[in-house]
This record gives sequence, C-alpha cells and structure tokens, in this order.
Amino acid sequence: MLNVNIHNLKLKNPVMTASGTFGYGEEFADFVDLERLGGFIVKGTTGTHREGNPYPRMAETPSGMLNAVGLQNGGVEKFCSEVYHRIKHLDTNIIVNVSGSSIEEYCSVAEQIDALDKIPAIELNISCPNVKKGGMGFGTNPDMAAQVVSEVRKVYHKTLIVKLTPNVTSIVDIAKAVEGAGADSVSLINTLLGMAIDVERQRPYLSTITGGLSGPAVKPVAVRMVWQVAHAVQIPVIGLGGISTAADALEFLMAGAKAIQVGTANFVDPAVTMKIIDGLEDYCNRHGIKDINDIIGII
Amino acid sequence: MKEIHNFTIIDRQQRGEHYFSLVLKHGGHMQPIAPGQFVEVLIEDEPRVMLRRPISVHDVDPEAGTLSLLIQIVGNGTRRLSLLQVGDHLNLVYPLGHGFTTDLPAGSRALLVGGGAGIAPLLHLAKELKAKDVQCTILLGGRTASLIPVCDEFLPYGTLCLTTDDGSLGHKGLVVSHPAFAESYDMVYTCGPTPMMKAVARSAAERGLRCEVSLENMMACGVGACLCCVTDTDQGHRCVCKDGPVFDISTLKKWYQC
Repeated sequence: MLNVNIHNLKLKNPVMTASGTFGYGEEFADFVDLERLGGFIVKGTTGTHREGNPYPRMAETPSGMLNAVGLQNGGVEKFCSEVYHRIKHLDTNIIVNVSGSSIEEYCSVAEQIDALDKIPAIELNISCPNVKKGGMGFGTNPDMAAQVVSEVRKVYHKTLIVKLTPNVTSIVDIAKAVEGAGADSVSLINTLLGMAIDVERQRPYLSTITGGLSGPAVKPVAVRMVWQVAHAVQIPVIGLGGISTAADALEFLMAGAKAIQVGTANFVDPAVTMKIIDGLEDYCNRHGIKDINDIIGII
Repeated sequence: MKEIHNFTIIDRQQRGEHYFSLVLKHGGHMQPIAPGQFVEVLIEDEPRVMLRRPISVHDVDPEAGTLSLLIQIVGNGTRRLSLLQVGDHLNLVYPLGHGFTTDLPAGSRALLVGGGAGIAPLLHLAKELKAKDVQCTILLGGRTASLIPVCDEFLPYGTLCLTTDDGSLGHKGLVVSHPAFAESYDMVYTCGPTPMMKAVARSAAERGLRCEVSLENMMACGVGACLCCVTDTDQGHRCVCKDGPVFDISTLKKWYQC
C-alpha cells in the first residue's frame, strides 16, 4: 500500500529521515525500528574529517531552529571503514549525503561510496548554507550545479539524488539543470538561510552569524517549491522541510513528492517517523486508497 | 536503554523565587539513571518553544519509580514548566548522556562543588557515593542565599559547606575561596556556572586532583545526532549531550585554560 520507487530504489514506504538530523541511524535505534523506515540519509560526509563551526551552532526560533553545524563529520574513509560496517546489516535504504568544497572532493567521496554494496544511493549536497567553500555555492548557479552533477555522474553508478537549496531565485532552473546533467532524483528543500539576534547581549545567536532555518516554519515554502519542481522535471522529487505529522507528509506527496524526509521533528519526538508511517496507513485506510502512488502529485 | 515516556507529576515544590522542583512518577519500569545523566523534557502549550529542554536529574528513587528535577526559571520553556501542577503529565526522553564516574574505592574522599542550578545533579551523585562509602564534602555556592535552591537534602550524605558572594549564607566569597576547597581529595566533581567550573578545574589541575565537570550547552536532539551542542575538547568538538555532559578535565585543557 505504501511502497514507492525512487529510480532504482524500492522503498517500503515514502518516509525517510533527513541528513544531519538522524546521525547514522544508530542514535535513534532505541526509539524507532530502523527497518520500518523507507530509508535514512546519513549525515553529510566529506573527503576528510571536518570539525565544523564553533559553538554556538544552534538557536531556537518561532516554530523552527537555526543551525550552523558546518558539516562536522569523520570523513569518508572513517565512514567506509567503521560506520558502514555497524549499519550495513539494516534492511532499509541507507543513503549517504555527500558534501565537498570542490568538484574533485565530491567525486572522490562519491567514488568511495559507490564501492559499498549496501549503499544504494547518494544524496549530493550542493546546498549546505553553513560552509565557506563549496556547499551552497554549487547549488545556487545552474551551470555550476550541472557541472558538479555531471562530473559525479561519471564516477557514481547507482541512484544519484541531488539535494537543492531554496536560497535561489528559481529552484526550477536548478532542478532542470541537474536533471539534464544526469541526476536520478532531486530532494528539496535544504535549510533557508536565516539569522537571529540576542538583543540582551547585542550579538547574533550563532557563531557564524547566519545559519540554516528548519522546522515547521519552513514547511509552506517547501511544499510550494516541491510542487513547482515536480511539475517541471521528469525525475522523482523527494520532499522535505518542516514535516512533523502524517498530514504534513501527505501535503508533500500531493504536491508531487514521491517520498519525504523528516528532519527537525526527530529532535522533538525521536519516534515521530513511526507515527508518520502509522498515520499514512491510517489515511489510506480511511480514504480507501490501495496504493499511495494514486495520490502523489494530484495537486 | 533510552525511552520516551509520559511521567506523572506527583509533587511540586517552590524553592525560593527562581527555582522549583518536580517529582515525576514513571508508573511502570523506569530505566536506570546514573548520576550526571539528564532528561529532555517536552514543553507543551508554549508556542515560542519547539525543542525539548535538557534538565539534569536531581534525585532518583528506583524502587518508587520516581525521579526529581530541580529547575531554575530562565526562559520561556522553564517558565512554562513552572506552571505545571501535581497530576499533570510530562513527556521525557531519558536517560541521556554520560554521567559522573562513581566507582571510587570505599574510604575515598570526594569534593562536590555546585553553583546555582548546577547543584541539581549533585544530590543523586552524593547519594550514590555515600552508598559506596565515599566520604563527601559538598560545597554549594551562589551569588546570594536565595540562589542556593536546596542544601538540607545533602546533610545525610556528607559534610555540607556553603558560600555566597555577599555573605548572606555561609562563608563569604567564591567556592574556591572556602577552606574546604583547599583540602586534598581523590576526586573533585563540579557543576554550575562556567566561570565557577573553570576556576575549580584550573585549581584541581594545578594540584593534580582528578576532576570531572558537567557542562551545559544549547541542545537539540540530545542523542549525539545533530552535533549542535558541541564543546571544544582537546580531541576536537564533542557532543555535550552524548560524550558529556560530564567530562574529565584531562580532556578539557583548552576549555578551562581560557
């Protein structure tokens, strides 16, 4: 009833978790049955170990939060030699979010992940707002976006998802560019660039001054962008941005997303993904829907 | 094992103007909670608050299946919590984090230094140390008497020493100026305002004393996934929620020296 496909990926249901909000899955193993998820996206992985940005990296804002973690991670070699072996037995789609500061770095990481049997896809992160070099720089210009995707496409042979930034004039132009360059799917939206100021201390809350806004506050923007992109490209769209209930997930599906990712809501309720899957089943039963694909893109 | 559970508030006490305490009953089998571990509390019906609030566990009664929290009202989240009453439910994710080292040999001497809301986790710690026949000196401080929320509760578990900056209670001055602080110990534990903990850590390091500090940073996930709450340790950024909140100062030279 809930099965969906993203290119070659077969998902038990459309519910995945968003990169950077779910660690390597194991952090949430006490709260959720990881194998019930359609898949999960592990945190952004770069060519070498990164320490990320200085604390403070997070600020709560109305119905949301700003973060400026800055891709802290152990690097691709550590992922392949350590983390991968701890999680590869899980019967779900484990997708690695791949980041970099240069096309060479993206390609190098993608190539190393390509060699891992139990990783059926990568999500190319050309949209991180919190790093000085690369990241969003690649995702805000259609030509740059196409260039990095076509270079990665040459070395990566499985399902290639490209994660898009909302911090652009036309996300449709970027989506079309990466589709033309060989992407198998696009996921959107990454965080919206934002800022918050502590007026008592008269300084920004974040060490980096600006950061990425996530949570329910961004959801209407994300639904709108998913709807626009789903009507403009042929490849499947994965929707994310502020999803915390089954009804939120259904909005994205109806707007044209084949699957969705849950991010910030995992912090509020670590078991929220299970409730969303239950809620989708319940919705289908109540509405007599035999196949959830029947409601995808109906708007 | 960590769990998400709805506890019931069975007692609420105001502790002066700035603090209150809640006793929460599990109602089933409560997971073991080590001294220094914390819970993440869901704040409901407060539109300005979305994220859970990390709060250290003040006391645990495994047989009764209860835990207590000692909370300082500092913002919208804790203000909303202060309005809860006996009979209300509170949703917790617990137990979280890496707590204090308590496997000291019987007869060891320990100093517990707490300031303000940082006093909270030291009661659970003092009880556990007492059960292991560790001799505890408990040194609590605050700017003024009303900012030391509890102290009598500690009396059964060790020698209690108090300091206030203004002399309104106990010794006048900072905790590090109290005569008990200058004695020798097998372990020093501290939790409180950062300048106080740094002063305690520096002094312990100079005297070659083993010392653990319990840090507090803004958190989101509480389980080491989001990497928002990091502190800069000698091994790089580490999560206060998962690798801490308790750290041995031997890994925090950069932190306490600045």
